[in-house]
Amino acid sequence: MKRIAISLVLVTSLLLAIACERKGGPGASNSTGAIVVGYYGDLSGRTSNFGQSTKEGVLMAADEINKAGGLNGRQVQILSEDDEGRPEKAATVVTKLIDQDKVVALLGEVASGNTLAAAPKAQGAKVPMISPSSTNPAVTQVGDYIFRVCFIDPFQGEVMAKFAANTLKAKKAAIMLDFNSPYSRGLTEFFEAAFTKLGGQIVNKQSYTQGDRDYKGQLTAIRSATPDVIYVPGYYGEVGVIAKQAQQLGIKAPLLGGDGWDATQLWELGGDALNGDFISNHYSVDDPSPAIQKFVADYHSRYSKRPDALAALGYDAMKVLAEGIKKAGSTDGPKLRDAIAQTKDFPGVTGTISLDTQRNAVKPAVVLKLQDRKYIYQETIYPEGMGPQTKAAPAATTEAPGKAGN
Amino acid sequence: MDTFVQQLINGLTIGAIYALIALGYTMVYGILRLINFAHGDIYMVGAFAGFFLATQLGFAAGPSLVGLVIVLIGAMVIAALVGMAIERFAYRPIRKYARMTTLITAIGVSLLIENLFVAKLGAAPRAFPQLLQEQSYTLFGNAAISKSQILIFAVSIFLMLLLQWIIFKTKVGTAMRAVSFNLNSAKLMGINTDMIISVTFALGSALAAAGGVLTAQYNPQIDPLMGIITGLKAFVAAVLGGIGNIPGAVLGGLLIGLAETFVVGYGQNVGVPTTFRDAVAFAILILVLLFRPSGLLGSTVQEKV
Repeated sequence: MKRIAISLVLVTSLLLAIACERKGGPGASNSTGAIVVGYYGDLSGRTSNFGQSTKEGVLMAADEINKAGGLNGRQVQILSEDDEGRPEKAATVVTKLIDQDKVVALLGEVASGNTLAAAPKAQGAKVPMISPSSTNPAVTQVGDYIFRVCFIDPFQGEVMAKFAANTLKAKKAAIMLDFNSPYSRGLTEFFEAAFTKLGGQIVNKQSYTQGDRDYKGQLTAIRSATPDVIYVPGYYGEVGVIAKQAQQLGIKAPLLGGDGWDATQLWELGGDALNGDFISNHYSVDDPSPAIQKFVADYHSRYSKRPDALAALGYDAMKVLAEGIKKAGSTDGPKLRDAIAQTKDFPGVTGTISLDTQRNAVKPAVVLKLQDRKYIYQETIYPEGMGPQTKAAPAATTEAPGKAGN
Repeated sequence: MDTFVQQLINGLTIGAIYALIALGYTMVYGILRLINFAHGDIYMVGAFAGFFLATQLGFAAGPSLVGLVIVLIGAMVIAALVGMAIERFAYRPIRKYARMTTLITAIGVSLLIENLFVAKLGAAPRAFPQLLQEQSYTLFGNAAISKSQILIFAVSIFLMLLLQWIIFKTKVGTAMRAVSFNLNSAKLMGINTDMIISVTFALGSALAAAGGVLTAQYNPQIDPLMGIITGLKAFVAAVLGGIGNIPGAVLGGLLIGLAETFVVGYGQNVGVPTTFRDAVAFAILILVLLFRPSGLLGSTVQEKV
């Protein structure tokens, strides 16, 4: 009997402790004080360039909002968590942000695999989450609280297929994919479908996994199939080395990639071997439009470097969220969700953002050429039924397959 | 044909690295009957030592042969010291207990090194400065060999011959062989066994560090966890060749490297996906343990070091 009494006391105090903790947390008060937004990303792992850039974009946007008087009279506060680029860790830190810190909304992740691990937590707790740059279609299919401000892989894969078939006039393509990454597998699938539909042929398909140290086996097999282009929809860490080893094997066909290549470390790993390769991306830092040039200048004066696409998307994600909070007049989960879902023609740095019924942004993509540590704008490719079908830059029209100067 | 020759070159390149690391596993096992699971991490420590030497001494700016030699030797010395320190402070105090104790300590040391590096340096891969002006030479047809591959072959053959000379032609080597036959009798013969064990760790660690720096020239990406899979494969190579047997470690390393590359290069033709490249090493391990537990050269050669 005494034992039962003691355990009852213990259980009650434990429950009380939990109850008290649930009340605490920086975001607990729902109508006054700062609006707490959670950011999670890879700040120290294999893809930490991604997480750092995005965080810089998010913080810059939040500061601009606060300088302009905040949202509905309240300041915005960003709580940042490091998920080390691991899906299981992403789920843990998002749970922490929701349960302990009581964030009103979440921004993150870049890599689709990590967003997919964290999204069910946000959906379950009815906390809206905006992914700045996860392009795998499955991400927003997790539920109606999950949004994104970037295009999705079916479109991005198609963009590269169109560019390869129409602009580079490639007939034979080989693919080298990161087998364990949903991002890479998604892009492969959609590139393959679009490229064969345009009359091309996939002559060889190889895979690797993140952290592999040698790619020459795969590249030798690809070389013997003599492709015109090689599609490598991976992340910068591996792609840089793949480009280098392809060059060592004397492969002249250009490598094509996606937004996962865009990081400063790509150049440290790949160097000159990357010259003449092409990527699809969210925006071009050289775009002369005043909105983009103002963003580039502001970012440069704040961080002394040029913003990559992920920084721009992080910035846009924060701005779209702010717009939603303003419109909802509240940080209440369901109300905020409805307000974000209505985002239409929002003027972002990475283009005009309108969310479709699947909570995906419908936006054009740009194709960039890699040359001497720079991304040179080639052309903009629009989704079906939006803008001009293809608008070729003058420099790109006569480019034949094959790397210049290699 | 040139594709086959190319795959052969690719396989031998990574095989040579496995062989360098496998030598350390096999030497320590030969003397202490200990599988030093921290050895794969010494390979990583070697690569990072090379990285910091190259960046701190100012060789990162451009290719330089002098820089390469200094970085390679410096990394080998640093790794040798780390290897000796691990033996002195982690393994020697518990040498008198059951072998299982040391084995578990080795796993602990491995995790300690990995997580120490992750905590201090972050898990993000770093780009290793290129000290060798990269260039490819065409052998025939399309088959090409790059300078970094030639470097790997040349340095590993030189180091293996040097090791062979140390073991069979020097006093220390004779003592090492004596200790590997029987530690206690060697002690009775007046051999300073503690010193010999220390030397063995130093030699093995230096070889692994050479492997680390050479790999970093071939694939300029290093991270604190790079030693895990490579170390495990090198261990499999040592077992395949016959653990405790030095020529066996080299043979095992080359075979694992070739097997892995051929799975990638030709596996798809027979329905084996390329992602099985890591699995193949461990499949080989299971087969060796089933059919020839002493390894390919294990039972026939007597010298165990």
